[in-house]
Amino acid sequence: MWSWITTVDHKRIGILYGATAFVFFLMGGIEALLLRIQLGSANSTFLSPEAYNELFTMHGTTMIFLAIMPLSAMFFNYIIPLQIGARDVAFPRLNAFSYWVFLLGGLFLNVSWLFGAAPDQGWFGYANLTSRQYSPGMNVDFWMLGLQILGIASLAAAVNFFVTIINLRAPGMKLMRMPMFVWMSFITQVLLLLAFPVITVALILLMFDRFFGTHFFVPSGGGDPILWQHLFWIFGHPEVYILILPAFGIVSEVLPVFSRKPLFGYAAMVFSGVFIAFLGFGVWSHHMFSTAMGPIADTFFALTTMLIAVPTGVKIFNWIGTLWGGSLQFRTPMLFALGFIAMFIIGGLSGVMHASPPADLQQTDTYFIVAHFHYVLFGGSIFGLTAGAYYWWPKMSGRMLDERLGKLHFWLMLIGFNLTFFPMHFVGLNGMPRRVYTYQEGLGFETLNQIETAGSFVLALAFLVFLVNIFRTSRRPANAPADPWNGATLEWAIPSPPQEWNFAELPTVHGRDALWEAKRERGGQLPEPARVSGKGIHLPNPSYWPLVTAIGITAVFVSLMLLGHDKAGPLPVVAAVLLLFFGVYRWAFEPAG
Amino acid sequence: MTAVAHDAPHGLEHATATGLDSRKLAIWTFIGSECMFFASLISNYLVHKGRNLVGPYAHEPWTSPTGQHYEPILEIPLVTLGTALLLFSSLFVVLALSGAQRGNRKALVGWLGATIACGIFFVGMQVYEFTHFVHEGLTLSTNLFGASFYTLTGFHGTHVTIGVIWLITLWILALRGRIPPAKSLNLEMAALYWHFVDVVWIVIFPVVYLIK
Repeated sequence: MWSWITTVDHKRIGILYGATAFVFFLMGGIEALLLRIQLGSANSTFLSPEAYNELFTMHGTTMIFLAIMPLSAMFFNYIIPLQIGARDVAFPRLNAFSYWVFLLGGLFLNVSWLFGAAPDQGWFGYANLTSRQYSPGMNVDFWMLGLQILGIASLAAAVNFFVTIINLRAPGMKLMRMPMFVWMSFITQVLLLLAFPVITVALILLMFDRFFGTHFFVPSGGGDPILWQHLFWIFGHPEVYILILPAFGIVSEVLPVFSRKPLFGYAAMVFSGVFIAFLGFGVWSHHMFSTAMGPIADTFFALTTMLIAVPTGVKIFNWIGTLWGGSLQFRTPMLFALGFIAMFIIGGLSGVMHASPPADLQQTDTYFIVAHFHYVLFGGSIFGLTAGAYYWWPKMSGRMLDERLGKLHFWLMLIGFNLTFFPMHFVGLNGMPRRVYTYQEGLGFETLNQIETAGSFVLALAFLVFLVNIFRTSRRPANAPADPWNGATLEWAIPSPPQEWNFAELPTVHGRDALWEAKRERGGQLPEPARVSGKGIHLPNPSYWPLVTAIGITAVFVSLMLLGHDKAGPLPVVAAVLLLFFGVYRWAFEPAG
Repeated sequence: MTAVAHDAPHGLEHATATGLDSRKLAIWTFIGSECMFFASLISNYLVHKGRNLVGPYAHEPWTSPTGQHYEPILEIPLVTLGTALLLFSSLFVVLALSGAQRGNRKALVGWLGATIACGIFFVGMQVYEFTHFVHEGLTLSTNLFGASFYTLTGFHGTHVTIGVIWLITLWILALRGRIPPAKSLNLEMAALYWHFVDVVWIVIFPVVYLIK
């Protein structure tokens, strides 16, 4: 237990990220099931309108910030150092700090349930729903301060992985030889670094509005509620690429391995990823077509949005090009990767539809939008992350997951997903508004909503199968070889699970698909790598100061909450800042090893 | 292919793929991210500029409905002095770093002390300015100028304060001889941060104080 609290090993931190995020994912899933039960029949009284608001707000916030992002972070942590041939990340203690801040931020958000004050204004927090006048309770504050805590975790991790990928590559691992997952993760870090400060400022301004009497978003004081939307979506649109690019990377690893040929169009894949990220900062107002920005702004943002379809299309064709002529092996990771391509295309196409302002004005705030973003976030991100989970599970746990259960998981998920979300296109275009807790009889929504609710339980069943699979295989003896899939990248060159120092001897890289290169040079399979003694390998010291510092940060936001609701004066804030400084100083002056 | 060998001028144990020290790269990365932070705050100031419902104002006099007269509230001469000292402090910290790299402890301690003094003057100036404005009747909730002025310059001031605390820590280490040339990177990182905070002020000063 203590060794986990003080760990600075990127693999252990990756497992912590994964386990924590999966628990939050299940919570977000249960929230979704409750929403679906409510919507399963017309005029349902299963949930009160207030509870419905809390549940859809927390479902969105949880899935984005506490599930998909940290599940990606699990793979950043565990896989990036292995794929670039490093022994750890550049700043192991900062890495532990990121995890602890993420965990405490997630707890902070969810503690709101215990106070009966869960956030209820939607994950986008539009002004002036969030003003003190309309939301006097702590609901919005849990969201506003919780997101601020989570942002600190993301920024610290982004600095860490940005530096890790640039600086810790093994000899010969040139940028254009990096595995595609590393490339897409690298681009994700850049997006995090540039997008999160904007939401930080937006949340600070909101905090000043709510706690200290400013009027940034309050029209009665001359403020501008639309400014919130601009700031939020300047962050929020890059955020959707933060959610999807890691999945792009995972799929780009899985498809070549199970097609037995290299990724088609490597350079085009890299540059289309860069182009998507660049354009991602110039499309935010397509979330705001209904705010009457005028024809010039509407046209500009419609065009940039449609333009993003080009590099995305390049990626899809390259994935198909990778499959073309390959000897396909339909193992579980491959099935999820193929499911990802199919589902993501549907989400991408509906996205191009509401890139057009006149179409968007019909679709905005309806279930059509809900259908769209679940096809990209669930059909895209979650399918991609699940592909990654099955692909890297043997490496992370030393055990092969059961193939039959894995395939059952895939088919249940594919069917359940489409049953849940495909009908939303129709109810949406027929005018069913999102974020409303019920609907009247006789509007023609009943049957489709019943199908959606049934589908959501098939989805739940799919993840139950996944849990059974994990549970059953974890009780069997470790059976995973170092390289169960005949992989192309360096993580498969070392034992499963890897030893603490990853590589007894740092590898030297001679080309793309480094491990396939090495196998070709030796004329076939490599011998199973032996577990070696780590004598003489220098590892960073464990430390608990990252945890203390993370507690300090959380204490600052807890004390701000007390201050904002007149439950305490400024003294707790000062005490919390001192604790934070104490943690930072002990951290800075302890030998890193 | 082998990685670029690092000549380890800072006593580093590990070579990096680029030859750059990871900590230096990290501080640059952090600064890049901070650019977006201040860009957002400055944009917020500009968006709200001139949209005040009531005074007092930054650059124009104002008479309240009750007949009370307010002069333009900004005190440009004092802030100009603070700005100049902050600019000079960037030079001083370069001289301190040069002292550290040459192993000249006297230069290091002296110039670092001068840097810190300038930083403290700047923070003190801001504390005086804020108290004075509140006294004059401009608070966070008075109008949009007050709100966006205090948040923008306040968050910059917080950055300067953190910089001063960081530099004082290094100054104490320097006094004890714990920043030998091999460890001058510790000062270089703080200096990079200090320059950045300085550069941000070069943008804020004209935006807030000079442009009417």
